[in-house]
Amino acid sequence: MKILLLGLSALLLGAPAAQAKIYEHTLSNGLKVVVDEDHRAPVVVQQIWYKAGSMDESNGTTGVAHVLEHMMFKGTHAVPVGEFSKRIAAAGGRENAFTSNDYTAYFQQLHKSKLPLAMQLEADRMHNLNLSAAEFGKEIKVIMEERRWRTDDQAAGLMQEKMMAAIYLEHPYHHPVIGWMSDLEAMSVADAQDWYKRWYAPNNATLVIAGDVQAAEVFALAQRYYGKIPKRVLPVRRVWTEPAQLGIKRMVVKAPAELPQLVMNYHAPTLKNPAVESQPYALEVLAGILSGNDSARLNKHLVREQQIASEAGAGYESAARGPALFTLEATPTTGKSVADVEAAIRAEIALLVKDGVSADELQRVKAQVLAGEVYKLDSTFYRAMQIGQMESIGLGYQAIPLMLEKIQAVTASEVQQAARDILQDDALTIAVLEPQPLSDKPKRAGGDFHAH
Amino acid sequence: MRTNFIKICTLALCALSSQAIATPLIQHWQTASGAKVLFVEDHDIPMLDVAVSVPAGSRFDSAQKAGVAGLTHHLLDLGSQGLSEDDTARGMADLGAQLGGSFDQDRASISLRTLSQQAVRSKALAMMAQVLQHPLYAADILTREKTRVLAGLKEAETKPENIADKAFQKAVYGAHPYGLPVSGEVATVAAITPQDLQNFYRTHYNAARAVVAIMGDVTRAEAEAMAQQLTGELPQADAVAAQSEVAKNIAASEQRIAHPATQSHILLGAPGMSRNDPDYFALYVGNYILGGGGFVSRLMNEVREQRGLAYSVYSYFMPLKQTGAFQIGLQTKKEQADDALSLVRKTLADFVANGPTEKELLAAKQNIVGGFPLRIDSNRKILDYLSIIGFYDMKLTYLDDFSVRVEQVTVAQIRDAFQRHINPQRMATVMVGAPEGVKH
Repeated sequence: MKILLLGLSALLLGAPAAQAKIYEHTLSNGLKVVVDEDHRAPVVVQQIWYKAGSMDESNGTTGVAHVLEHMMFKGTHAVPVGEFSKRIAAAGGRENAFTSNDYTAYFQQLHKSKLPLAMQLEADRMHNLNLSAAEFGKEIKVIMEERRWRTDDQAAGLMQEKMMAAIYLEHPYHHPVIGWMSDLEAMSVADAQDWYKRWYAPNNATLVIAGDVQAAEVFALAQRYYGKIPKRVLPVRRVWTEPAQLGIKRMVVKAPAELPQLVMNYHAPTLKNPAVESQPYALEVLAGILSGNDSARLNKHLVREQQIASEAGAGYESAARGPALFTLEATPTTGKSVADVEAAIRAEIALLVKDGVSADELQRVKAQVLAGEVYKLDSTFYRAMQIGQMESIGLGYQAIPLMLEKIQAVTASEVQQAARDILQDDALTIAVLEPQPLSDKPKRAGGDFHAH
Repeated sequence: MRTNFIKICTLALCALSSQAIATPLIQHWQTASGAKVLFVEDHDIPMLDVAVSVPAGSRFDSAQKAGVAGLTHHLLDLGSQGLSEDDTARGMADLGAQLGGSFDQDRASISLRTLSQQAVRSKALAMMAQVLQHPLYAADILTREKTRVLAGLKEAETKPENIADKAFQKAVYGAHPYGLPVSGEVATVAAITPQDLQNFYRTHYNAARAVVAIMGDVTRAEAEAMAQQLTGELPQADAVAAQSEVAKNIAASEQRIAHPATQSHILLGAPGMSRNDPDYFALYVGNYILGGGGFVSRLMNEVREQRGLAYSVYSYFMPLKQTGAFQIGLQTKKEQADDALSLVRKTLADFVANGPTEKELLAAKQNIVGGFPLRIDSNRKILDYLSIIGFYDMKLTYLDDFSVRVEQVTVAQIRDAFQRHINPQRMATVMVGAPEGVKH
């Protein structure tokens, strides 16, 4: 997550009329319900977030979190296969679902009068899913097609998958969200059933409702539809660590493409205690200074002035259940090599470490973050996403305004120090995409975010 | 938000949704410079969205100079009188403002999202006005950007989806400029000069043909001033030569292109309809049933739900100023590509021959009409409607009329409209990553 925040903008920029109000209530079965009221349009979004993502999988059944996400559309005892989508469609709704390393979520957007229907259907499939071998047999083929499309036939997808596997030795971020092809081939409906029994429970979920609703009414509806679902004893969640890297790693991925690419990944921390830590905020600001706008350092220096790269960017996300990466990437321009690009990026790092960042650069990133807070008021769906992510990650939605304040408090010396501490070769994995011509038809074996 | 209220309560939907749906109240006028303005005043959020569109898309390119229109648009914010590219980028970022744009076959537009407080807004608008009305098209920047565009074009030539799209557009549109790649070709982009861009800009970026869409926290008087500020210094209008129509009845064709990917990327289609086609609603609703309606369309049901042949399969009409493409697309592993293509063709042929069932039509109307509020639930979405309504000369009551027009569509109209517009025997088909050992 790049930029998160809420609330303080009102203070700094003159109070917006549509200031979001957030309410929460936890049902006796453990389901936490969070409501973000927004009365601008007569619509509502329901999102249910399960704290179960690919990082909770075991070796041999990678991809099962995402497989179950697909199977959740395949019917319950009361709602036959295909009916869930038909009923949401007939209510004028839009729906989908997505799986990540950290969580799995389902959503519907509809007219506010249709919220009870959406709740009834979503609650039903939380505990009454009917997993049949016949439907599984068809859907696993769809998922293999999805894998071919997203990963096996995409240079960028292959690169990402192989890079993550090289970066993480012990941590399950090693495995792709969509799963290894051999695991998908070996998977059975029993694996999906096992996953469903293990994680799909009200006390492992957060329900986020955002839109033109009254919180009290939403809580009553949630009690009515979700309240009777029994709480479950959840499995003990494995705590993962990743051992220190102990030296630079370099890797090459060959795939059909025209342009080479360089990606530099440094191990970095995520936020665990947002009130106390400071380095993750400094890294968010650093990413903004490097590539938060067209005048940021990487684009200005590498693309526009030196003309070494045709594209260049930096990325860091402070909010995740597992560890983070600080990533720098670039595509060499015609006539330049990946070695030229790596040297140019290293020169930028050296400059940061030596001279730090200017007050103007710092202020620019903060101004963008604050304005982004106001723009966020235009997307109910995005605000609900942010709440769901923060809850699923374990930081809680209350951390959102806190993180905004902390970003605004980041100093130039903290940014410089964070660059010095994190951008170290011993924690670096460098991956290079080496383009292959199409005509050779190379034999190729076959993370992130997967929509249903 | 200031709104109109419309009642939706006809036939099928009376029981479903009898509540009044509010649509935004669109104000409209012409600036002294001749531009058309559509404005929705809304003070809920202290921000402003503005977009200026001109008919300067890739359909105004020639085959010899494909890419001129795209580069003319792309270079707008990379240097203008008194503002270097870095001044603009830095200036916008300092304000937290976002300068964006879009470009397609018909339309070039630039857009701004900014906080609405006067001190911020006025600076952002001044930069946008300069970018839009006084671009420099410097030779060194063009050289650099051409290198980047060429790299992107070469990269795209390795991607099965791009290879398929390029071949498909050509097959559907023939010699009409809609068939040109929107960003040009390697050979044509390499030859483009600053003078080409200057000429294109002077011919096509005119106030009299511009559409200004404004949405958000400003008054009518402020909106009037900014519309004039953004268009008053655009070049004076030159006449633009009329273009020949897209030839509607193409011959059937099939191209099978080798690629090492594990999947075949399949596209099939033909010229479909224009934005102002009288059959627009019949074709739109019909297509929802055929392949536009998410998980519940016929194509999705046949190809994915029943047989697991693809992750994604869809159909759509691309409604343009002139006749735009009707397109079906899917990806599936090579070994089953021919089976999947046969199934898609059969599904299309059956739909065109027989039309939808009454039950399918009812379900489509329930979704499209019931989901109407989702189309206008944010400033961003309303801004996009304002641009489209203005640019394509649609009625200002388009949003008010939308649900009723959908409601009025009948099974017979859909069948009739599809039969007049889509001939399944005369489709252009492209398969990239075609199964091996067959004709090439």
